[in-house]
Amino acid sequence: MLRVENLTVKFPSRFGDVTAVEDVSMSIDAGEIHGLVGESGAGKSTVGAAIIGLLQSPGYVSDGTIMLGETDLRSLDRFEAHALRGKRISMIFQDPQTSLNPLMRIEDQLVETILAHEDMSTAAAKTRAVDLLEEMGIEDAAARMQSYPHQFSGGMRQRVVIALALCTNPELIIADEPTTALDVAVQSQVLGLIRRLADVRKVGFMLITHDIGVIAQIADTVTVMRHGKRIESGPTAQVLGHPEAPYTKQLMAAVPPLDHKIDRFKVPEDDSMAAPGKSKGDRAEAWLLGGERQVPIGLTLDNIDVTFPGVRTTIWRKPEPFTALSGISFDVRSGSVMGIVGESGSGKSTLAKTLTGLIKPAGGTMTLGGLVLPGGKARSRHHPSRQLIQMVFQDPFSSLNSRHKIGAILSEPLWLYGLVKDKGERRELCADMLGLVGMAPEAINKYPHQFSGGQRQRIAVARALLARPKILICDEPTSALDVSIQAQLLNLLKDLQSAFGLTVIFISHNLSVVRQMSDDVVVLRNGRIQEQGPSERVYQEPEADYTKRLLELTPTMPSTWIQ
Amino acid sequence: MVFFLAKRLIQSVFVMLAVAFLAFSLFRFVGDPVSQMTGVETSVQDQERLREDLGLNDPFAYQFARFTGDMLRGDFGFSYRTRQPVAEMIASRMPATLELGVVALLISLLVGIPAGVYTALRPRGFATQAILMITLVGVSIPTFVIGIMLIFFFGVQLGWLPTFGRGGTVNLGGWETSFLTVDGWRALILPALTLGVYQLTLTMRLVRAEMMEVMQSDYIRFATARGVPMGRLYFRHALANTMVPVITIIGLQFGGVIAFSIVTESVFQWPGMGLLFLESIRFVDIPVMGVYLVVIAFFFVLVNLIVDLLYVLIDPRLRISDVS
Repeated sequence: MLRVENLTVKFPSRFGDVTAVEDVSMSIDAGEIHGLVGESGAGKSTVGAAIIGLLQSPGYVSDGTIMLGETDLRSLDRFEAHALRGKRISMIFQDPQTSLNPLMRIEDQLVETILAHEDMSTAAAKTRAVDLLEEMGIEDAAARMQSYPHQFSGGMRQRVVIALALCTNPELIIADEPTTALDVAVQSQVLGLIRRLADVRKVGFMLITHDIGVIAQIADTVTVMRHGKRIESGPTAQVLGHPEAPYTKQLMAAVPPLDHKIDRFKVPEDDSMAAPGKSKGDRAEAWLLGGERQVPIGLTLDNIDVTFPGVRTTIWRKPEPFTALSGISFDVRSGSVMGIVGESGSGKSTLAKTLTGLIKPAGGTMTLGGLVLPGGKARSRHHPSRQLIQMVFQDPFSSLNSRHKIGAILSEPLWLYGLVKDKGERRELCADMLGLVGMAPEAINKYPHQFSGGQRQRIAVARALLARPKILICDEPTSALDVSIQAQLLNLLKDLQSAFGLTVIFISHNLSVVRQMSDDVVVLRNGRIQEQGPSERVYQEPEADYTKRLLELTPTMPSTWIQ
Repeated sequence: MVFFLAKRLIQSVFVMLAVAFLAFSLFRFVGDPVSQMTGVETSVQDQERLREDLGLNDPFAYQFARFTGDMLRGDFGFSYRTRQPVAEMIASRMPATLELGVVALLISLLVGIPAGVYTALRPRGFATQAILMITLVGVSIPTFVIGIMLIFFFGVQLGWLPTFGRGGTVNLGGWETSFLTVDGWRALILPALTLGVYQLTLTMRLVRAEMMEVMQSDYIRFATARGVPMGRLYFRHALANTMVPVITIIGLQFGGVIAFSIVTESVFQWPGMGLLFLESIRFVDIPVMGVYLVVIAFFFVLVNLIVDLLYVLIDPRLRISDVS
């Protein structure tokens, strides 16, 4: 049905054309789900945009053919192409929160789309819209259709988005990361819906994603892309189960498995990173070991509650407070990794903020060794825990001050906590620490924007370690990274943890990643602990129903596919 | 939402109280009101009597309460200069300023919004660059220079339009309007253009910036991907979302147009509140200045309230609460 041959997309720039997609071919049949997988910058979204004719200006298709049935999509003029969009090809975007017009009712958006392509009365269009929403699993659709997008939850919105993409019976739907912004439970429902639409309505899907688990679960065929080129393609089981290209093999090795724990990911270290990093780092090693030789201490949370003031809706009544965390108690043993896992809104990040003294808990105590930690503003700027608890944040692009050089960023904890008084000494230590986290010491003179996300995250780890923390909190440290970079960073954290006996609190929504990292695990949901215990026990014999369901719904690959 | 509006209303009351306090302080403490009102030949005893009669010896808080109470009842006091009630003076000048302001605002919206949309949709076009250049020049030249240039071209050289005054007006139950006569409209064009040019530029650039951002948003890309007709896409989807932030600025601008029409009014000898204010400054007519201050503040507050209401009208997220 869709046939793409030798597609090449170029973006003109002042330094000549940049080729974003080069010589890519693929075909999708009716009812087929074709996965397009690759890391960021692989050009997978560009392929989708080129097919539907929505390449970001000034990009253009320079070569190749795109045939949808008998129609040559490249030969259409602007108006024909626009008339075809929605009618024969449609698209689903990543974030359901932003892909619906917030100012228009769902009904208006649906009816407008149907009327744009079909010659029918408004009443008939409404009937079709209701039927479609009900088919997508939205109950009481006729009434719900009168609502605005913000009145739907994330998963429901994505159903509305799919209904919008489907409402004119297109032959092909390009789904660009359709489940990336969703929690696993909702993700599995949406994936189920897509599979059903492909099977029943015979819609062809191009499923663009970075998540190999998703591809493994529902795609019939798959194309692996890298740097704008096709690396490998074929039936999913063959490509992922018996990959031939070295890149696919690497990619598969970098995927954290859910069903067992591995010591280290078998990934080649990034060649762009300086190799001499290995030999250096003696001084930084001594620095960290010196910190560790002091008495080992753990962290204990006893019955922590956190509430936020609710939104006031009337003048007379005090708003109900919103409970973000309730009765949280656990111990983090010294030298162990505590994994904290939960879906969005479960209170994971609130927990991190409470530990670091950014939020004041409504009740309960936190003890670091023998030291009781005051919460929120009660914890002074000079409280020892400000040094002893350090954090690595999720977004490496906003967690480093872009106007400071790496040297200044790294030496800050050293002078701030009065650890190293001499400026020259600080500099040498920082350079050495960069070596320890696998970066060239010369990086000290550069600015954050000169580094990739993975490198910045290494810098963030170095900064946290220079403070000689007793507790290192990693809040979703790899969520913004590609899977191969994630594997490298997880390897680094594992190495540092075992070499220096670091105590780590590892927070993530990704069950597989948490399994690879943690000794103990806490499963959070809606601010309450559902289950906690040694992670191998929790993963192998989950007791709470919620944990069981999470494990069941997480898309995985057959274990035989993983080398 | 009711709560939101109630909060805004209470805030407005406080703003008005603060402004009233300023106006009162102006009246009470800038110079001595008694010596302003009386001549050199008035005896000290008479001055004292007048002071007592006017209640100037009462405690400060009591005086302020009385001042505010009088204002609320519509009693704004008397002008030092003309001995007329200030309320009457302001009321007779207000229509001129309001009509000028409204027409200037309409010009800025009717030209500014379409121009903003056009320049946003064709960011690299020749016409876009030309419009941007011209408006940049327009905004760089001070208002009075634009006014004088317009007078020179259309009034003096071409002789098409009158250069001062309101032309013919019709009295509609105490409201002097220039909307009902051809002369009135002719007299209105130049000052309204002068006053509107700056607002026009601002509106256009704001609409352009917001529109360009909205055009990059996911929901516009999604609407394009499902083939929503281009006209609807631009005006129903994109423009509505553009207007949410634009309305705030336009609201504030209108307050500014009313308040800062002083320059335009003096260039065109437009008999509005601004000109009255200038005359009052020249004669140190403090009661008029104080009331002018209060009236202008009232307009600002009113316009801001209307803007808040419009917000709620446009954006359902403020009107209807989220799903639980």
